[in-house]
Amino acid sequence: MMSRTSYYLIIAILFLLGVALMIYRNVFFEVPLMPSETREIWSVEAKIKFTAAKEEAPVKLSFAVPRNQKGFTILSETPSSPGYGVNFTEERNQGRAVYATRNATGAQELFYTVNIMKDPMAKDQAVTVPKIRFSDDQDVAAQARNAIIASAQSRSADTATLVTEIFKIVDSKDQNANLLLKDTAKSALLTELLLRAQIPARVVNVLYLKDKRRRQELNDCVQFFDGDRYYLLDPETGDIGHPEDVLLWEYNSTPLIDLTGGHNAQVLFSMAKKPVPVKNALSEKFKDTGLINFSLDLLPLEEQAIFRDILLLPVGVLVVVFLRIVVGLKTSGTFMPVLIAMAFMKTHLLVGVVGLLLIVSIGLIMRFYLSRLNLLLVARISTVIIAVIGIIVFLTVITFQFGITEGMKITFFPMIILSWTIERMSILWEEEGAKQVFVQGGGSLLVAILAYLAMSSLIVQHLTFNFLGLQFIIGALVLLLGNYSGYRLTELKRFKPLVDEMQAEQVAGKNNDSRDA
Amino acid sequence: MFGFLKNYTSPFRLAKIGIMGMNVRNCRYISPYNPRELYPLVDDKLQTKKIAIKYGVTVPALIGCIRHQYEVGSFREMIGDRTEFCVKPAQGSGGKGILVVVGRSGDHYLKPNRQELTILDIERHISNILAGLFSLGGKLDKVLIEELIHFDNVFDGYSYEGVPDTRVIVFKGFPVMSMMRLSTARSDGKANLHQGAVGVGLCLNTGRAIRAVQFNSPVHQHPDTGRDLYQLQVPHWERVLKLASSCYEMSGLGYIGTDIVLDRDKGPMLLELNARPGLAIQIANAAGLLPRLRAIEKLLKDDPRMTVEERIEYSRKNFGVYR
Repeated sequence: MMSRTSYYLIIAILFLLGVALMIYRNVFFEVPLMPSETREIWSVEAKIKFTAAKEEAPVKLSFAVPRNQKGFTILSETPSSPGYGVNFTEERNQGRAVYATRNATGAQELFYTVNIMKDPMAKDQAVTVPKIRFSDDQDVAAQARNAIIASAQSRSADTATLVTEIFKIVDSKDQNANLLLKDTAKSALLTELLLRAQIPARVVNVLYLKDKRRRQELNDCVQFFDGDRYYLLDPETGDIGHPEDVLLWEYNSTPLIDLTGGHNAQVLFSMAKKPVPVKNALSEKFKDTGLINFSLDLLPLEEQAIFRDILLLPVGVLVVVFLRIVVGLKTSGTFMPVLIAMAFMKTHLLVGVVGLLLIVSIGLIMRFYLSRLNLLLVARISTVIIAVIGIIVFLTVITFQFGITEGMKITFFPMIILSWTIERMSILWEEEGAKQVFVQGGGSLLVAILAYLAMSSLIVQHLTFNFLGLQFIIGALVLLLGNYSGYRLTELKRFKPLVDEMQAEQVAGKNNDSRDA
Repeated sequence: MFGFLKNYTSPFRLAKIGIMGMNVRNCRYISPYNPRELYPLVDDKLQTKKIAIKYGVTVPALIGCIRHQYEVGSFREMIGDRTEFCVKPAQGSGGKGILVVVGRSGDHYLKPNRQELTILDIERHISNILAGLFSLGGKLDKVLIEELIHFDNVFDGYSYEGVPDTRVIVFKGFPVMSMMRLSTARSDGKANLHQGAVGVGLCLNTGRAIRAVQFNSPVHQHPDTGRDLYQLQVPHWERVLKLASSCYEMSGLGYIGTDIVLDRDKGPMLLELNARPGLAIQIANAAGLLPRLRAIEKLLKDDPRMTVEERIEYSRKNFGVYR
């Protein structure tokens, strides 16, 4: 009894371990459970131009750069600037790239390139809530501001509507607004009004991400907070929300460029978008994290491709185990169908099945001739192997001559396994007749096709490659099937006449009994 | 759409009758009761023969054994002027690779179906056996050449060509079910039910036929000879059961199929043991194995030590059909 307990314990542990590993990959590495997801990666290049103030003089330029924020994860950033040394720093929570050189003369060009992934699960490390601060002056401007706020407050119920009302008043160019807009920019005015209305707000510099744009500038935008969440107010249109394609570039009311030893600084942006398979995007995101990353993505591409195939085998094996133990299909050679299915993966189904049938039937014909030569078994099988290779070469050349390149793929068939299959089938034919050959051959082909269908599913391929935990789950299932002592599907058919007969007899027996009575 | 379902019975009905399925056999009986290390004793007929002789169990006499390819030439010498013999792979399964020669005509040897073989045909067959063509997993094999069994006259007309053998399933030394397998023209002289041999369920108490089936369907007469199968009664039944039962002590295997032939001179002889006996015997008997096996498991829990006689007594009383 002890062994039974440990058996179930092992299955449970394997299963839970597999599930836990899958959850770990899914949650911490954000590997999606479904394939074919892509993420957008934006490549943004900032080009900073300025003129050095003196000849051969030191220059220092500090440039605000974006950090991880809601909707975006920074994958990599590269400053390129001939003759400059570059540091990255944080200043009042704003990322900055600091370029410095000892001797600059004339026009200067600095570059900063950043790759940003659109990422719904990005961790927001950039944004802090600003403190509410404003001057207590009691001048005409202050009265105008208070009037706008009072008017807006009377028509609003919550933060969102209050912001909208304030914007409406400013945008309507009424008397008070006009007065204030004379010496304040619209975004700055809106921010000040919001602060006075006790709504944390600041002016931020945002970049509108538009594919293949060049010579773009940053735009002013009002960022205001409602509790922990922030929203952006477009000072031109009054739209409130968090548009997907808006990247906060400078977000802490710090200067975009802080230049000493130069003047006429100007920055222009160009950007391009590329969709990248989610895996590649994520492997960059987690390149440097301290999480235990036991992932095949770390291997060279060639090895990855090999493991992609190898890790599918257990799925095929599971199909075979199920079909043999629960369904009860007969196959020639236990795992021969899986190997055939692996070959189908390379050839695709139709070409694979036709190629297999051709090879096996031509091989069988040859084998019938060989059986008359009274050869020893090993020599005979070896002959069949050579014959199979010959058939494959022949078929490949012939199909190529006809311009069917698919024919070339039959080289993927496992030749030694095929030779043994031919040998076994030929013996089966001699001993038990053609019917058994078709039953077992058909069974093997059916299992191979089902295993192929399971293994060729994109979802299965994605799961087996990205979630090694799945292997544990398959292992647990195979172990569990190893203890299946129920009837096979084929047995339900095999014993059907017997059961019917026995029941008929029982009924007849009862009738007799009643007659006797 | 579900029309194909009418070809299938419900698993609950099968379980109610106690029909043993392949999985239950492997998982609950073969695996726990048949220690793996004892398999070579039954998988290799030469070894079976050796221990059988040691335990005093009657077996067909061995003419010779060929172990290597270079010995194939000595075959003719080995058989001398015998006109009948039987060539077998030591590790064959399911009756594969058994060649029966029943006579000679000039240089030719005759199979039971009168087909003629040359000495070359037989030597090729021996080479095939040695190379492992009929053994499990293609392992190199040995060839046994045995004296032909002259089956008891009471079986005249019951079998077409082949030797009618009695299969007794023995569980922990208790005979639990038995049948006789009669070869037919369809089965090419072989005794395997799935190849078309007739299976006759036998009453464990008397050795009398209960019913007969071919290809899963009941039959009353032998399809080739027309003899009434329900008249069949195995003679020396007590001795057959004793022979079968003693195979448990001899082999140490808890769940075995014993194949027994009745020689008209030497009586019951053990032909071979099978550590993975098939399920068709249930169809021949119209009875499930599981209730009988469970009864014995329960019995042994209370009284693990029983003699051969006691075990046979129990089986005859509880599993017999006729008095």
